[in-house]
Amino acid sequence: MRVDHNLEAGSGISVASVFASDNPVASAIIQVEDLGKQVISPEGPLIILDAIGFSIARGESVAVVGASGSGKSTLLGLLAGLDTPTHGRVWLAGVDLNRLDEDGRALLRAQRVGFVFQSFQLLTGLTALENVMLPLELAGHADARQQALELLERVGLQARARHYPSQLSGGEQQRVAIARAFAGNPDVLFADEPTGNLDQKTGHRIIDLLFALNREQGATLVLVTHDQELAAYCDRVLELDDGRLRESLAQPSSGA
Amino acid sequence: MTRTATGVSAEMGSISWRAVGCMALRALGRDWQSGELRVLAAALLIAVASVAAVSFFTDRIQQAMERKASELLGADLVVAASNPIQPALADTALQQGLQTAETLSFRSVVLAGDVTQLTEVKAVGPGYPLRGALQVSDRPFGPPRTVDTIPSPGQVWLDERLLQILGLQAGGTVNLGARAFRVEHVLAYEPDRAGDLFSIAPRLLLNLADIPSTGLVQAGSRVAYRLLLAGEPAALEGFKTWARTRLVAGEKLEGVRDARVELRSALDRAQRFLNLAALVSVILAGVGVAIAARRFAARHWDSVAILRCVGATEALIVRLFVLELLMLAMLAGAAGLLTGYLAQYGLSGVLGSLVSRTELPAPSLWPVLPALATGFVTLLGFGLPPLLRLREVPPLRVLRRDLGPVNPRLLALYGPAVAATLALLIWQAGEWRLALYVCAGVAGTVTVLSLAAWGLVKALNLLRGQVGVAWRFGMANIARRGSGSAVQVVALGLGLMALLMLTLVRTDLLTSWRASLPADAPNHFLINVQTSEVTQVQTFLREHGLHDVELFPMVRGRLTAINGRNVGPEDYQNPRAQRLVAREFNLSWTDTLQEDNRILAGHWWRTGDQGQGVASVETGLAEELGIVLGDTLRFQIAGQDLAAKVTSLRSVEWDSFRANFFVVFPSGVLDAYPATWITSFHLPIDRKPVMAELVRHFPSITVLDVEALMTKVREIMDRVISAVEYVFLFTLAAGLVVLYAAIQATQDERRFESAVLRTLGAQRAVVRQSLLAEFATLGLLAGVLAAAAATVLSYGLATQVFDFPYRWNSWIWLLGGGAGVLGVGLAGLLGARSALAQPPWRALREL
Repeated sequence: MRVDHNLEAGSGISVASVFASDNPVASAIIQVEDLGKQVISPEGPLIILDAIGFSIARGESVAVVGASGSGKSTLLGLLAGLDTPTHGRVWLAGVDLNRLDEDGRALLRAQRVGFVFQSFQLLTGLTALENVMLPLELAGHADARQQALELLERVGLQARARHYPSQLSGGEQQRVAIARAFAGNPDVLFADEPTGNLDQKTGHRIIDLLFALNREQGATLVLVTHDQELAAYCDRVLELDDGRLRESLAQPSSGA
Repeated sequence: MTRTATGVSAEMGSISWRAVGCMALRALGRDWQSGELRVLAAALLIAVASVAAVSFFTDRIQQAMERKASELLGADLVVAASNPIQPALADTALQQGLQTAETLSFRSVVLAGDVTQLTEVKAVGPGYPLRGALQVSDRPFGPPRTVDTIPSPGQVWLDERLLQILGLQAGGTVNLGARAFRVEHVLAYEPDRAGDLFSIAPRLLLNLADIPSTGLVQAGSRVAYRLLLAGEPAALEGFKTWARTRLVAGEKLEGVRDARVELRSALDRAQRFLNLAALVSVILAGVGVAIAARRFAARHWDSVAILRCVGATEALIVRLFVLELLMLAMLAGAAGLLTGYLAQYGLSGVLGSLVSRTELPAPSLWPVLPALATGFVTLLGFGLPPLLRLREVPPLRVLRRDLGPVNPRLLALYGPAVAATLALLIWQAGEWRLALYVCAGVAGTVTVLSLAAWGLVKALNLLRGQVGVAWRFGMANIARRGSGSAVQVVALGLGLMALLMLTLVRTDLLTSWRASLPADAPNHFLINVQTSEVTQVQTFLREHGLHDVELFPMVRGRLTAINGRNVGPEDYQNPRAQRLVAREFNLSWTDTLQEDNRILAGHWWRTGDQGQGVASVETGLAEELGIVLGDTLRFQIAGQDLAAKVTSLRSVEWDSFRANFFVVFPSGVLDAYPATWITSFHLPIDRKPVMAELVRHFPSITVLDVEALMTKVREIMDRVISAVEYVFLFTLAAGLVVLYAAIQATQDERRFESAVLRTLGAQRAVVRQSLLAEFATLGLLAGVLAAAAATVLSYGLATQVFDFPYRWNSWIWLLGGGAGVLGVGLAGLLGARSALAQPPWRALREL
């Protein structure tokens, strides 16, 4: 396998963690090596991300911080297999994303990944309940409705199950999105500025809910934010500066 | 935001038109760059181009057809007179660059040996005919050939009937007046042979120069003089205008439209068909613009919210977008005109020869007007309302993206558009009825489609729990969009309806029209059959393979009183009514209603009517003479009075080439009066010698061969059909564009939705399936409803406008539903292809 070669090139990966599977680091749910993304802009090639490498362990919560335009969201898209890198590779839940096609990545997402977005990204045509059911159905769960109702109850929206997104407040919409993200017990939860569109008080409530559910389910959380206070909730902070990973701080696990 | 709140907003509220113009121009450039205006411009360009091309081309075709029709007049314009025509008229016509030719005709007895025959004599001068051509043959019923000469001096051309009656061959001698002539040719076809088919005597054609030597034309003789004129339309118009002031009593102008009834009805129908094609283009244009404008406006909500935020007033927003729209209209309109003009040339090159053997006349400039007017009216009528709603976008949308314009009162918004379109339609159609039918069809379709779409929303909400994720998502999409879905279904429905109208219904209508003069339509008439000969003639015909030929009795009578009040020509204003009352017309009797007759009022004979004074009157005659059901008519027949009560009014297909009568009695009323019998039948061309045989057996019977005339009429029909089919091709393309626009209209939303679905782990097949579910459902609904609308519309058109029997077509439902499901479904998938190929992250961040 190309694993060995990658290990040489890799940065900050313990050689001891190598094992015979696709995944170079068995305990890592996300493994990133020499990841780069480049786009063609009117002024020529533009490097958005360059030489990114890190790994995230199962159950860990990691904040990706950085200024606007530092490449945070691009990194998130690459980690979740929503976009393809110019070079380098990402292992998500032990699978090399480069080896999957678009549908393969979709299947992986359906089984292993949940999302929370800044702008909620709820489908306006579906009710709150149907939005939460969507990933369950896509992953082929038979009792999608029952599970979705339970999740809505856990985010305190059981009474709003039949409402459409347009009939919900911003905070309520984000709670639906969180319920949707946790549907199907994902291994990894990606959150892109989850409080960005919310007032401070609502934002705090959303963060509490997000972390509480994360602990309950034992999922790995990858959180993109520019909010240092929010980042401080996480086990670890990755800081991006102009497309490069500046430092990786380990910090004691902090609850609330 | 109030204008006085800050200096900035006050300034922006009173911003100059020039500055707004600059802003609009920049907006136009920017929107063009970002591609949002291109769809709108394309819709507009196609709208103008299609109307322009249709108008330019129909203009040329109409000119060509009028020329074709001129053949049946032998000219473009005729001065007809009962006295010698003032020489000044011909002189002026020549000066104005027109061609002229003179004819005169009168009735006279022609003598050959000891046989005499009352003959319609026509003398023609050099140049005759100015339009069309004479055909001659060497022996009666022989193969005809076209000639470009007139009879040489001292020679005459006789038609088949006259030769048969006189027992002559080409080369024989006839006496006309004081002079003997040699028979040069058999006259097979004469383009401008006018008059009532049943009353005309056989024809003798001679050179105008020979008339004095016959001594037949004296002062006071009943002679019809005609001055034939032909030339460029402008010169003709000029002459017409000049001549109107110069005509003396007894002289009148006859144009193409005054030519034969059969031709007039063919031309009328042709114009209706062509107008219909133009109307459909106009409506499609409006639909296309409306869809594109809706999308354009929706994509501007964000930028308008920002403009409002930084202080732009509602008035400024309106001015900005109206100006942008007008600039676009000018550009797209000009491009559309050019495109239409070029398209017209290309298509004339390909199809012009079907309509005219020579180059089509150059298009006039008038089609520019309706094309441009159509462009502006559809743009302002359909494009403006959604843009006007932009001023209602609340500035708060900057913070809350879910806020949009409020209160979409569709009816109030599109009311002006509908009114404007109706006005345009009436202008284009040139008549109320056709425009109203089309409008009613469209309005009905819109209403029905909207209601049905609304019903579907309800129905789908019930269904969505029962189906899989892809279908649920697709259907939920339709249900959620509510009015948006309704608009889309309406647009798709209209597009599909246009396609159905242009494919199936067009074929049906044209087939029906062609069938109104079928290949086996009667092409021979027998007249002057004596009562004693009826059975023998029937036997003769049967022996020669002509079965079931029915003969009708014919009694000549004059209408003298209605309800006891004497009537004469002086009682009527209308010249046709005056003529009808002044002369005798043909009465008949029968106990069975003819196939092509329909009772419109009253009832056909009842038991016991036989021998009673009751009559059935043709509806056109009744209208002309003011006869209503229940009136008592008095006729004078062979010097005796006969009274009859009108018990029914009938419609008659005069252009069916069957024997028909204004007034019909039951048997037992007219039997005692002297009658001759008449019949018509179809004689295949290879059996023509049968007629020569018939004339030998029954010398007193007159055979009228109308095959040549019918060939002309049929040829005109075929050419009109070619023209219409060509014009419909263009409208068909416009329909496809509307379908495309309707599908494109929601592409942004769909791109976003597929990106979210794929982010959540949906494989492309699932997304594709949900798109297919949505589009196929939309397409099915639109297709079925379009079929319903097309059926209703074509029924109305067939029965009310074109007077064809309507034929039920079940294919229309299959084709409508099938085209909807397949066409819309596949087109929707194709449209989403790029979104599916793109990584979801990019799609999410772009939208």
